[in-house]
Amino acid sequence: MANVNVLLVDDETTFVNVMEKRLKKRQVHVVTAFSGPEALQKLAENSTIEVVILDVKMPLMDGIETLSRIKKEHPLVEVIMLTAHATVESAIDGMKLGAFDYLMKPCEVEELIEKAETAAQQKRAQEEKIIEARMREITLRRA
Amino acid sequence: MKTTIKSQPHDSAFYHALTRKMVIIMVLVSFTPLLLISGLILEQYNRSYREKVHAHLGELVEKHCQNIDGFLTEHLNLLRFLVNSHPFEQFRDETFLEIKLAQLQLQFHGVFEDLGVVDDQGVQIDYAGPFKLMQANYKNADWFKKAIISPYFISDVFLGLRALPHFIIAVRQEYKGRVWILRATVDFRAFNTLVENLRIGETGFAFILNKAEEFQTKPPLGFFTEKDHYALFLNDTATEKQRVKIFEKKNAAGKENLYVGAFLKNGDWLLIYQQNTADAYRDLNHARKVALLIILIGGIVIITTAIWIARRMVARIASADREKNMMNKQVIETGKLAAIGELAAGIAHEINNPVAIMMEKAGWIQDLLEEEDLKDCQNLTEFQNSLEEIRNQARRCKVITHKLLSFARKTDSRPQPVQLNDLLEEVVGLSEQRAKYAGVSFHKKFFANLSTIEASPTEMQQVFLNLINNALDAMDNKGGSIEISTRQHKDHVTVAVADTGPGMPAANLEKIFQPFFTTKPVGKGTGLGLAICYGIIKKIGGHIEVESEIGKGTTFYLHFPVEKTVQPENIQQIQGE
Repeated sequence: MANVNVLLVDDETTFVNVMEKRLKKRQVHVVTAFSGPEALQKLAENSTIEVVILDVKMPLMDGIETLSRIKKEHPLVEVIMLTAHATVESAIDGMKLGAFDYLMKPCEVEELIEKAETAAQQKRAQEEKIIEARMREITLRRA
Repeated sequence: MKTTIKSQPHDSAFYHALTRKMVIIMVLVSFTPLLLISGLILEQYNRSYREKVHAHLGELVEKHCQNIDGFLTEHLNLLRFLVNSHPFEQFRDETFLEIKLAQLQLQFHGVFEDLGVVDDQGVQIDYAGPFKLMQANYKNADWFKKAIISPYFISDVFLGLRALPHFIIAVRQEYKGRVWILRATVDFRAFNTLVENLRIGETGFAFILNKAEEFQTKPPLGFFTEKDHYALFLNDTATEKQRVKIFEKKNAAGKENLYVGAFLKNGDWLLIYQQNTADAYRDLNHARKVALLIILIGGIVIITTAIWIARRMVARIASADREKNMMNKQVIETGKLAAIGELAAGIAHEINNPVAIMMEKAGWIQDLLEEEDLKDCQNLTEFQNSLEEIRNQARRCKVITHKLLSFARKTDSRPQPVQLNDLLEEVVGLSEQRAKYAGVSFHKKFFANLSTIEASPTEMQQVFLNLINNALDAMDNKGGSIEISTRQHKDHVTVAVADTGPGMPAANLEKIFQPFFTTKPVGKGTGLGLAICYGIIKKIGGHIEVESEIGKGTTFYLHFPVEKTVQPENIQQIQGE
């Protein structure tokens, strides 16, 4: 199946653990984190992460804040907000801050993977565009 | 709790007490100055009027005294002139005396009754007059004793030898070493008339007393003599100096009288003028009666006005209290709804996390089952079905919590564009469970391109939840259906909520929007639901109607003005494009 590198962030450890197992079974590369700061640390350590699945409601640093930090530090990494609190407001806030999409708990693992794949594709497409642009720049400069 | 107690409607006893208090205060405030001022004025007027009456009567009595004194002096002087202008011998001539008497009677209209010459032994040696008093001996008469020792003398009234009331004016003269007296009798009636002339009002009259308190003139008929009172004048030495003294006292019959006294005839006689005070102060009493009548009428007017104003004000207060009470209830209801919303949001969030875990765990078991070699497992299908069912139920939980969350989202009471179709869908969703247990089914007939209205979503939810709950209550366990339909009109949208309940009698229909009207059992309904609906709909410029038929059901029609910026035509145009 998919070949996506995912960082799963949620303070609910049981949920993270079972989801990790289910995703891994579906050939998704999963890294996990249980808080916002940990997620940022994992992102810094691992540059292969393409998509972050981020819980909105977490202690210390909530999903929205984490999202803004991620977008600041790793602009190309796509974020899918995962929320138990299906408020349109928080989802809109997330989208405004550059989240790719949002999912409501409980969700189907297939749905999650599908969204993650789409996000990853978008990330790759953007990366390609950036590379193309850079190449063009370089060739133009050389010419 | 406190606010609930405070906001409870006051009972009628409270408003009665309030009315009473207001009436008392208003009456006191108006009456106190009125009574004080009128009392003061009346008292002042009373005093000055009395003073005026006293002064007037005093002057009158004084003048009368002067008149009487003048009368006596005049007659005395006549006699003195007579005595001085003729020699004693002439008086010895009886004819001369008769001529003089006739002259005097002619001149003074018979005031003088007779004339007599009395020698120093008290023997009347000459006499002219109607009585046969020639040679009458006055030696022992009181008047003679006094007359012989003074140059002239006026006696008190007495009966004398003739047995008729009269008094004597005597002038002493000397002739050849012996004294003699010219004596004249004054007709009592003439004198009496002079005194009686002083008559004022109905009860005012005058009379003369001597120092022995004997009447010198005839008091009128039916007259009470009050010697005690007259003694006050006689014993009061100051009276002589002042000449006129006035006092008021009750007589034996219990009537208050005004007494004016003045001495005359060198203090020998006392002229007393006596009048009933009621008569003397007739004008004052009349004025007082008029004033009392005015105060009485004014008082009645004040009291009536006070009662009227107090009643009106209290009625206003009561209605304001009722309104305030209703508002409070409404605020509480809205607050409750908001609290429920917050609670729902919290619960939904807390539940979604464990549900998500349950769902994932079930999914994980399904994943694992696929890996295992379970061809021999007889219950594999059962396992798989159960796991799928767990996942289904988890999804159902999700639907429920999301409905709750969307309800909680709308606790904001600020007006905003509301799409009634969506809102009704949510409200129906919330009530579906209850409807299922009550055996009631929902039928929705929504107009597809319904205009939005400007309203608070929370309040709209409250309105429709109230109507649906009422409908469900009405059909209580008997089952039925609720039809909710929306219709688009030119400038308004209409929502109809129709149930197949028992319906309402016309008498109740008139009252259902009144606060605290309820047909539900005690403790079940506040009687505020429809009143609040009515208030909310009125507030946003809509109106509510109700139709009901016994045995068929009840339909509520709610008309809302559409949002002004977006007209239905525009919507259709936009959608057409």
